[in-house]
Amino acid sequence: MSWHRLAAIARKEVIQIRRDRRSLIIVVLMPVMLMLLFGYGVSLDLKHTPTCVFDREGSQQSQDLLKRFQASEYFDVVARMDNYPALVEAIDSGQCKLGLVIPHDFSRRLATGGTVGVQALVDATDDNTANLIFSYTEAVIGAFSADVRLDWLRRLGRGGMQVPLTVEARVWFNEELESKAFIVPGVMVIVMAVIGAFLTSLTIAREWERGTMEQLVSTPVTPLEVMLGKLGPYFVIGLFDTALCAAVGIGWFQVPFRGHLSTLFVSSALFLVVTLGLGYFISVITKNQLAASQAALVATFLPAFMLSGFLFAIEQMPAPIRAITHVVPARYFVSLLKDVFLKGSPLPELTDQLWPLAVFALIMGTLATLSFKKRLT
Amino acid sequence: MGARLWQMLIKEFIQVFRDKRTRFVLIVPPMVQMVIFGYAATYEIRHVPMAVLDLDNSQESRDLISRFQASPYFQIQARLSDRRQIAEVINRGDVVLALHIHPGFAKQLRQSQPASVGLAETIAQNALAQQQKGLGASVQVIVDGTNSNTALIALGYVNQIANGFAEDYQREAVQRLAPLLAAQVPRIELERRPWYNPDLHSRWFFIPGIIGSLTLIMVVVLTAFAIVREREIGTLEQIMVTPIRPVEFILGKTLPFFLIGLADVALVAVVGTLWFQIPFRGSIAVLLLGTVLFLLSMLGVGLFISTISATQQQAMVSAFFFNMPAITFSGFGYPISSMPEALQRLTYLDPLRYFLIVLRSVYLKGVGLEVLWPQLLAMAAIGVTLLTISVFRFHKSLD
Repeated sequence: MSWHRLAAIARKEVIQIRRDRRSLIIVVLMPVMLMLLFGYGVSLDLKHTPTCVFDREGSQQSQDLLKRFQASEYFDVVARMDNYPALVEAIDSGQCKLGLVIPHDFSRRLATGGTVGVQALVDATDDNTANLIFSYTEAVIGAFSADVRLDWLRRLGRGGMQVPLTVEARVWFNEELESKAFIVPGVMVIVMAVIGAFLTSLTIAREWERGTMEQLVSTPVTPLEVMLGKLGPYFVIGLFDTALCAAVGIGWFQVPFRGHLSTLFVSSALFLVVTLGLGYFISVITKNQLAASQAALVATFLPAFMLSGFLFAIEQMPAPIRAITHVVPARYFVSLLKDVFLKGSPLPELTDQLWPLAVFALIMGTLATLSFKKRLT
Repeated sequence: MGARLWQMLIKEFIQVFRDKRTRFVLIVPPMVQMVIFGYAATYEIRHVPMAVLDLDNSQESRDLISRFQASPYFQIQARLSDRRQIAEVINRGDVVLALHIHPGFAKQLRQSQPASVGLAETIAQNALAQQQKGLGASVQVIVDGTNSNTALIALGYVNQIANGFAEDYQREAVQRLAPLLAAQVPRIELERRPWYNPDLHSRWFFIPGIIGSLTLIMVVVLTAFAIVREREIGTLEQIMVTPIRPVEFILGKTLPFFLIGLADVALVAVVGTLWFQIPFRGSIAVLLLGTVLFLLSMLGVGLFISTISATQQQAMVSAFFFNMPAITFSGFGYPISSMPEALQRLTYLDPLRYFLIVLRSVYLKGVGLEVLWPQLLAMAAIGVTLLTISVFRFHKSLD
């Protein structure tokens, strides 16, 4: 291997990247864009659910219950209906997500004792939102119910009864339960996938399409030199973006960083090797930029997005899909980043995630090196 | 015009389908993605792995634990004997949640209720004694908040279980003291009526979203690449010296992808409906109309990108720059109502936002034009605007 030839290839690639100013700017600024996008646009936190009420009784007690909904930041009572069809229409049209129906004998039934039902009609097209709405509604109604019960017991002369059990919740690692805390690992893994695989997937395919492959083949350069020379510049961009991601996440979004920077860079470098190798391999075997970019999308970006555990919890997926996630390198990288950022784990504690990444890096590196043949057919 | 356009279309279809790899890329990945992501995309929380530390080991604490055991939302994976083990299992990621029952749990529970029925004075004394001791029993729940959504929903389920336990305990206390009154304890029950998706399947929410997003990614990239590729490899000039008119060229370039887009929507929609058994409650005509309008705006975006890109790499990077925000702001995975006000306004520019509403409404709600006309109108407006700008720019870039 000649350092001289390697440097020449790398220089050619750098010139090509630099000439294309717009792509370069986009690639360098991509982490910032994605960070802002996810930081502000990605939130599952639910507040101010538009709520319509149909109070069929209109008594003091039913109003008391509704006042609790009004007082809660999770609900916004936007309309009061006086018939059922109006409520149905409001939910159909999307005017409100929650419709509360209080029965006509609400306070009478509570006074004489026994169970009375309050209906919560929820637009469940979005099941997660529906779950949260039910959970908050349950909390309001449960508290109201407990108060009514205590009142009733007191009036019977059995004072002193208290709510017998309370739950003290302690949240670890992400105390405020903010979605923001895990956007940084998410953004990083996507940026790496884009730079690693998207851009590199075009490098060899481009030479084929433009007909410059013949020139490359006619030079004395070896396949290993081509690979290292072509990937080197992207590796540097990737590491730069890692730093940028970390800086924006920690500096702007105040995501806690409890680990060590060296841990972050070692693992990013390892993951970059995997995606760069994969992108290069795709480029060599497709020889066509359109096919290469689509293959890169399917092989790296989408798994990084959907199967890495960044967006959807892996343990909730069905077993066959869970099995597939084991061959998604992004999975290990995301879990590693979460540990480094939120738990502050040092390198030795991360071997479980590091060794699969190392194995992938080895496989991808070998595949990439072997795939490129200096032949024109 | 017809003959030249026809020739152009034939050339485009040959170009797309000639290459074995491109052919493969058009058909297989959308289907594979549909199936994999259809399974992977879920916010449902079931069998959350949890650990239990029961330092009281009483009838009551075991009763509480058995409620967690019976719940489909939790799965007890470890029984601990020391509080230090909690940190261990949570740090390792073995469990997401730990229930910590302190010693004296049962005693505190009993103290929260009057010990006997009697004179008002004794009850008052009881109450006083309790106030001095603190109220009732408490358990500690430690949650790994790394995934905030899982943590939030799991905590909701914990509270439900705890409330149920408390209520039953109180009722039993009343039962012991005064059996006749037990049936009269007032209670408000929440009757859950999840509409359109009665079993709260995540899949029903995501599959229409995946149909929309996959179409967006495919059509924008394909359209942008098709023209830029001619420019990059130098065949655009050859076409320009033929008698073909710009309008015919644009139509010839976009129509195939319009048709491919339509076929892709049909393909993934059929997979979604048949494989995942998503109910289709609306009318196919409304869905078709929505798809056509959506594709128009996507062709506009692809065409626009092609006018500002010289190489395929530029086209791809630009397409990505459009696709990411378009998908994020569409309400695909995150409710738009949870975004900050300013961003919410920005989502009105996103054609995918309207298409997803149309898809989900047609699939799950079964509503028609009477509800969806604003969405369709918005897509038409965006599509016409984008196409006009792009065609105009394209003319200029040819000169």
